[in-house]
This record gives sequence, structure tokens and C-alpha cells, in this order.
Amino acid sequence: MAYLEGLPPPEPHSDYNPFWEGCRRHELLIQRCRDCGWYRHYPRPLCPKCHSWKEQWARVSGKGSVWSWTVIAYPLHPAVADKVPYNIVEVELIEQAGLRLISNLIDCRNEDIFIGMPVEVTFEAMSEGITLPRFRRAV
Amino acid sequence: MESIKDRYAIVGIGQSPVTLRSGRSELSLALEAVTAAIEDAGLHTKDIDGIMGDHPIRVDAMAIAGALGLRRVGFFIEPEFAGGGVPGGIMHALAGIAAGRAEHVVCYKSLNGASKVTVPGMAFDLAPHENGFTRPFGLLDPAAYAGLAARRHMHEYGTTSRHFGAIAVTCRRHANRNSHAIMHDRPLTLEDHQQSELLADPLRILDRCVDVDGAAACIVTTAERARDLRQRPVYIMAAGQALSPCLARGTKDPTLPENETSLLSRQLFSMAGLTPSDIDVLQICDDFTCYVLMALEDLGFCRKGEGGGFVEGGHLDWPDGKIPLNTSGGNLSEGNLEGFNHIVEGVRQLRGAAQAQVGGAETVLVCGATGTATSGLILRR
Repeated sequence: MAYLEGLPPPEPHSDYNPFWEGCRRHELLIQRCRDCGWYRHYPRPLCPKCHSWKEQWARVSGKGSVWSWTVIAYPLHPAVADKVPYNIVEVELIEQAGLRLISNLIDCRNEDIFIGMPVEVTFEAMSEGITLPRFRRAV
Repeated sequence: MESIKDRYAIVGIGQSPVTLRSGRSELSLALEAVTAAIEDAGLHTKDIDGIMGDHPIRVDAMAIAGALGLRRVGFFIEPEFAGGGVPGGIMHALAGIAAGRAEHVVCYKSLNGASKVTVPGMAFDLAPHENGFTRPFGLLDPAAYAGLAARRHMHEYGTTSRHFGAIAVTCRRHANRNSHAIMHDRPLTLEDHQQSELLADPLRILDRCVDVDGAAACIVTTAERARDLRQRPVYIMAAGQALSPCLARGTKDPTLPENETSLLSRQLFSMAGLTPSDIDVLQICDDFTCYVLMALEDLGFCRKGEGGGFVEGGHLDWPDGKIPLNTSGGNLSEGNLEGFNHIVEGVRQLRGAAQAQVGGAETVLVCGATGTATSGLILRR
């Protein structure tokens, strides 16, 4: 069973669909400015650095490291009442300093997570027909 | 643009009791606080011609105008931000007065935060599309953001859970001076904090505010008008809002030299012509202990990364600390009124009417919750 099965899936949105379509193909696509080359996540219509509207969805390596992590131990939200404890990681991708995304670390005990842990992306199909990018400890 | 410094004042305050189960509507609680504030100011209900309301999903301005039969409301606003936004709401009230739209603006917040869960996850449900990058991964509550930011701060600067706990203990000590606080008569030690359940590791249950039912209100008007009213005016030296793009669906990066809180600090101190050493009392919205620690750094009360040592030093404790923090107990121990309680207590301090009164208090800094769009005020007597 996938990690955190049953949480609300991402909803279709014209600014974000290429990201989720990439995940379905097991490709991590990050929006990148065609003019200045700056990566941005979450996706937005123009570059926050140079304000260019020209964009591409660049396939990135999926490699990075844990920038921070937490273990949710107490179910403050009803949707996770039967899922605690679970981890949330913020991963910084190697492509650009500060390029980070929220995800989970799978196949790893919560007590083994540390900041700086090298990780790589993996993809998990969820029951709603959505595929999510998750991370594993890199070897 | 002319400075607003000292041109406006808070002239009335009011609060309902804070409880875990009010058994009343949020409108009823709001009206108790609002009518108390009008009475405290020595005004009549019919004098109120402006409204700075609560979040529109709770008690909106129209509900208050209707319930009070207000006939002259020429200005109203209902800010959407929760804990970060209350001081900014006061700034908008001043803008309404400056624009000539109102003279006496009532400002309030009312929530059945304990008995009717509207706060956790609320902001998360309002922007469902962006949330596709957080919610499927279990990031469903502000505690998770706070936990991630806290962990990074610990990693960078050697901050510990005991440092966060020191803030919880200080606020509880102050709540034990405040007979209205929800945690009054419930002493807390650092060891109690350390043994409390984990919430979003490294944060524990006692690093999070206590949700309550309750309401608070205040009245703002011009300095000139304030001098004719019942109470000694509390003047607004500075008011501002700030936001940081780095907060958009990501964690607050506690290592950045510039963020929403440092921007707010620069604005407020420059407007007031003061520095942090001029502040006598601190009222920082304390949804989570870790954000208070980071705010102390970003506001300039200690250096970046030195928040841990600073909070251990007793500077924030009433009565002997240099700048007592959240003297009525704050959201952590008085009860979470999303930072409106911090404004009301700031006014009490400057009137000399607080239960944990800071001797000779002349200035108060009020800061909204950080780690989100934030806002603040500097008040003086």
C-alpha cells in the first residue's frame, strides 16, 4: 500500500498539470525559465527572478538531500487519525540551492532520517489515478 | 506620504471570557467584546462608523453592523490572515480613518476555536490547488510547517527543544498571573514540557497554542478625538504588514537574513524612531514556540541564531526580565485568540492595568504570528 493512502489528491489546475503528468510518466519535471534558467517550484506562470513568461518543464535528476524533516506524531487533522506517526521531508534538489519540495521518505525508519541525508525520487501510484513523487535514501 | 506616528490611538478594549466550550455563537462572543470596548472607551454604539472585522468565514462586518443597528458605517474590512494579520487589521482601520471614511473604528476577533474546529487546516482548504503540493504528503496543519522550520533552526544553530520549552514556561508563568487565562492555576515546568507528547517532531503538544472559545475587541480613533474620551489614550507609533514570497507553499527558512519579520521590524522601528532596546513589553503572537524564538531574532532583540541562548536568559520573564513577553499568557497559555489578546494586553500594560504589570511600561511591540504574512504595531502611552 502506498504511503499515506487516502489523503486528498492534487486537483487539476492549468498551472500545475504538466508536473503531475510528468509524475505519471515517472519523470520529475520542474518548471524552468527559458530566459534566465532559474528553476521554480511550486509552478507559477512567470519567472520570479526575471519575470519572463517563457518556460520549460525540465526533467531534473531527482537527486537531492533532506533539508528538513518532521514526524507527525499526533493527529491534529482528522484525515490522518489512523496514519500517525508518519514523516514529512523537505527535499532540496541538487539542481539549484533553495529548490525544495515537500514529500515523504519511504522505505526508511523515521528514527533514521537526518538533515543532509542523500535521497532520490521514486514514484508511487495512488488509488485516485494520481502518481506522487516520493523519496528514498540514495545509495 | 505623511507618517501615521502618534496620530491615532486605541481608546477602548473588551474581551469575553475564554473557555473550552462557550455554548454560544461566535456572534454572541464578538458582541460581548465589542460592546465592552465601546463602553470602556466611553462611546455610544451609534458613534461607531467603521468596522475592522474578523475573517469573513466567521463574524463578518455586516453581522456586527446588523446586530448593533449601526447606521453610519462608512468603512469596513475583513482581513483573511489568521494569527499574522491582527495588527495589520489595525493598520487598515487607521487607513480607513485617514481616508475620511470613519472616526471610531471597532476592531474584533471572535472564534469558537475549541468547540468548533475552524482553525486547523482552514487556510489549507482555501487554496486547494497549490495544496496539491503539500496535502497529499500529509502536510495538513500549521504544526507541520512549524516542525520543519524548527528542525532546520536546530540544525543550523544548535537550538534545542528545551529552548522552545523555555518560551512555553514563560507564557504559562504569566498566565498564572492572569485570572482569565485558560491555563491559570496550572503551573508548568520545563520538565513537564519535555515530557509532553510529540506533535510534529521536534515540536511537542506544549509548543502549540491552546485553542479556546472567546473574543476580543478594541476601538481606534484619532489622537485628537482620543483626548476627549474616558481612558488614557494608547498611541500608535507605528503599524505595518509584511510578507515574503519564500513562504509560498514552502517552509520558513530560518537562516535567510531577510524575511517577512525582519522587513516588518525595519518598517516599525523606523516609523516609530525607536530601536529594540526602547521596547518595554513584547506581545508576540505565539501559535508555536519556535516561531516566537525566530521572531525575537528577526525583530532584532537578539542576533540570528542566538534565540536559544536569549530565551534561556530570563529576559522575557515578568517581573525581572528586560522585556517581558506575552504578559497575559499569550496564545500558548491565555488561549488562542489569534493574537488579538496580545493587542488588548498591550493596551492594559500601557494603562498600568495589567495583572502582570511591567513597572513603568511606556512602549509595547505587538507582532502577529510569523512564519506567514505578518504584521505589527508599536504602542506607547
